[in-house]
Amino acid sequence: MNIRVRDKDLDASTGGIVRGGETLKQHRDRIMDATKQTGCYAGMETMALRDSQPILYNKLFSRLRAGVVDARETAKKIAASPIVEQEGELCFTLYNAAGDSILTSTGIIIHVGTMGAAIKYMIENGWEHNPGVRDKDIFCNNDSLIGNVHPCDIHTIVPIFWEGELIGWVGGVTHVIDTGAVGPGSMATGQVQRFGDGYSITCRKVGENDTLFRDWLHESQRMVRTTRYWMLDERTRIAGCHMIRKLVEEVISEEGIDAYWKFAYEAVEHGRLGLQNRIKAMTIPGKYRQVGFVDVPYAHPDVRVPSDFAKLDTIMHAPSEITIRGDGTWRLDFEGSSRWGWHTYNAHQVSFTSGIWVMMTQTLIPSEMINDGAAYGTEFRLPKGTWMNPDDRRVAFSYSWHFLVSAWTALWRGLSRSYFGRGYLEEVNAGNANTSNWLQGGGFNQYDEIHAVNSFECAANGTGATAVQDGLSHAAAIWNPEGDMGDMEIWELAEPLVYLGRQIKASSGGAGKYRGGCGFESLRLVWNAKDWTMFFMGNGHISSDWGLMGGYPAASGYRFAAHDTGLKELIASGKPIPLGGDTDPQNPVWDDLIKGAVIKRDKQAITTEEMFADYDLYLNYMRGGPGFGDPLDRVPQSVVDDLNGGYLIERFALSVYGVVAKKEADGAYVLDAPATEERRVAIRKQRIATSVPTRDWMRGEREKILAKDAGTQVRQMFAASFKLGPRFEADFRSFWDLPESWILTEEEIGVPHYGSRYSMDVSELPDVKTVQFVEE
Amino acid sequence: MAYTRAKIADLIDGTVDHDTLHQMLSTPKDPERFATYIEILQERVPWSDRIVLPLGPKLYIVQQKVSKKWTVRCQCGHDFCDWRDNWKLHAHIHVRDTAEELEELYPRLMAPTSSWQVLREYYCAECGTLHDVEAPTPWYPVIRDFEPDIDTFYKDWLGLPVPERADAA
Repeated sequence: MNIRVRDKDLDASTGGIVRGGETLKQHRDRIMDATKQTGCYAGMETMALRDSQPILYNKLFSRLRAGVVDARETAKKIAASPIVEQEGELCFTLYNAAGDSILTSTGIIIHVGTMGAAIKYMIENGWEHNPGVRDKDIFCNNDSLIGNVHPCDIHTIVPIFWEGELIGWVGGVTHVIDTGAVGPGSMATGQVQRFGDGYSITCRKVGENDTLFRDWLHESQRMVRTTRYWMLDERTRIAGCHMIRKLVEEVISEEGIDAYWKFAYEAVEHGRLGLQNRIKAMTIPGKYRQVGFVDVPYAHPDVRVPSDFAKLDTIMHAPSEITIRGDGTWRLDFEGSSRWGWHTYNAHQVSFTSGIWVMMTQTLIPSEMINDGAAYGTEFRLPKGTWMNPDDRRVAFSYSWHFLVSAWTALWRGLSRSYFGRGYLEEVNAGNANTSNWLQGGGFNQYDEIHAVNSFECAANGTGATAVQDGLSHAAAIWNPEGDMGDMEIWELAEPLVYLGRQIKASSGGAGKYRGGCGFESLRLVWNAKDWTMFFMGNGHISSDWGLMGGYPAASGYRFAAHDTGLKELIASGKPIPLGGDTDPQNPVWDDLIKGAVIKRDKQAITTEEMFADYDLYLNYMRGGPGFGDPLDRVPQSVVDDLNGGYLIERFALSVYGVVAKKEADGAYVLDAPATEERRVAIRKQRIATSVPTRDWMRGEREKILAKDAGTQVRQMFAASFKLGPRFEADFRSFWDLPESWILTEEEIGVPHYGSRYSMDVSELPDVKTVQFVEE
Repeated sequence: MAYTRAKIADLIDGTVDHDTLHQMLSTPKDPERFATYIEILQERVPWSDRIVLPLGPKLYIVQQKVSKKWTVRCQCGHDFCDWRDNWKLHAHIHVRDTAEELEELYPRLMAPTSSWQVLREYYCAECGTLHDVEAPTPWYPVIRDFEPDIDTFYKDWLGLPVPERADAA
């Protein structure tokens, strides 16, 4: 079935707004039914426009795609927020009438699916009739319960009409600097429920006739701390949407509505087939298994939460199995994942799946045609009740990225095994970095205004090593392929924090034949702030990014902050002060310079709002990427180059790489090749001598399991995963050959487990129809 | 587009020039890559049994010359197990589960906390090559990371005959 305007079939009284007379709901139902019946998007077993007029088809694609990218580049100049203007944290997407994306701009392209989810929510819940969908309307959404990533991603959605009928939608999203959450900054940590996540807007009509409503303007600006940024961000989104709407109108004027209409559906099917073809061209059929973890260390006193039941250490868990079939289709199953939790790191099924496309555009589908086709070409199974598909309307989402990035990094390893097997070594990637730390906080800034900060320096973490070269250092973030660390001078304008240093974070990249890219670190001095707070947000006890094929994980995180530093007096007297980086945290040099200070230097890499005064210090440490291959196979001179470049702390050249380097009089290291060779032989012998057969080790580990000998966070993680993932539990029991009498429940651990028995999904609210996108 | 054998060899060695690497990343894949890749690897291993599929820089599924059995083999010639089995269960393991051992790899504070996460290093017992590092929580089962469907891959995707296998139906 191809896409046709069904004007002849429809009862005239239907009076739908979609081109041809269908209602939005009728239209979407028809597209979905046809997709289900045929396996092809909208039932298109052939693509009439593409096949009969390929040049016109490609012309439409190129013109629309260029226009969407241009709209992003132009509109971002309107924003004042450095997150948008410097980091490019915005994106525009064009949708067909059914809410499926046709093409998207560059930027934070996870939103290829999230704004579509909002459109589909409006369609399924009768927005067409109340509040109505008319030409020149403006809708706003940031509701994570219906598909948004987290509340700070604000969507502006504008319907596109042609000759009085709806022919599509355009959406624009920016990552705003504050959402009026319990704590300042866009991704606060203190709240444990949605009600503390800040301003939440569900597909609200906020304007008509291309004009924002006055009540909306007055309400929204006082719901957030950073009013000016909020308002200019909204103008950015509206300007981009209107540019794209105008572009579509021009294209239709020139090429005809029929051609545009066909293109708007064929492009999705094209995207679906494109994925299938790439899977066959690049991978190997079979099963791939991997797992990701991240720490939620909430028992610590510096995590101040309002609820007793949230005050515990937990580990988030995401095992995954990728099945690639002979026909090029694939399935991703996350059986065994942890339950959602009383923190802000939960994710909606749409953000989890849509974000995977951000990853895939960097490997499997490096195409300009990023649309919903890839989603229709993929089967996802996300068990209901897990952190990536919560079954409770109270869950918070503010920093869903904490585990999204850590869960996805495992998928790189699975795919990379197939690339490696086929010889496409250029595509192999050990993983991405945990994109943190997030420096956030607020108070009164240097301009005496209520302010919030959310440094996006971590848009430039290290990347994973490949099978042919080291990962890139201080270069990228998985969620924004065009990420940038931003200029220090701009951050100093946006934040009352002076830079005392910015340097490569030595030894932060995972070791390997090719090492992971290193992150970097910035030392910030609080200056000209009033009633100021900041907090830390990142991984600490766990390195979420494993290495590949003998490579080691990236280093994990820690925090350094100093209060009552006495720096004012030290500066006045011309004495040395902390500068540069915390090069070797095992042998710190700053602490002796500020002897009377209260220093927080530990593994507690997540905290809540902590008071900071002028002259206090805060270290912002951006993580590195994981390594690839046995470190003993690294070219020795590369290790020496790492020492000279500041990428590696000296002692690890010997202990990790077996490389002997000597420091010359000028301070540069040189290789001692014969001693290196000798040392490497010795390390190999030592490896054999100190390791044991895996099955011998398993006997000892089994005894520990039988005795339930592990930290509460480990036991809690397994107990929660067993409850939601019976197959995961069966596999665990079978692997360790556990007796039936061995049972592990959350109840017996002695930690709170609110939410494990009782939950209420948003779909249980009156008159609410949620849209299910995955198998549950 | 196709690449010369020399370029593929450079890719394997990590010495491929930037322009070629960029081209490999940004243009459609060359379907003949697998055959060339295997040929080059085959010349470099110190044994003559046929490589069926590379699993890592020094790890392969091979077809044993005489018996036609498929096994997982280290570059040094050590056979871990049948190809259908998880080779890690037949390797040597070293688990880093103390701060001291983790700090041989990372500076203090940048290492994982061992009560949350441990490192498991899987070695060849004969040559000491490190083939894989797992970084799970304590108790985590050893992961069977890859079960390739080699018959479909060879026959249907590459149009190549499947190498003979002693146990094949």
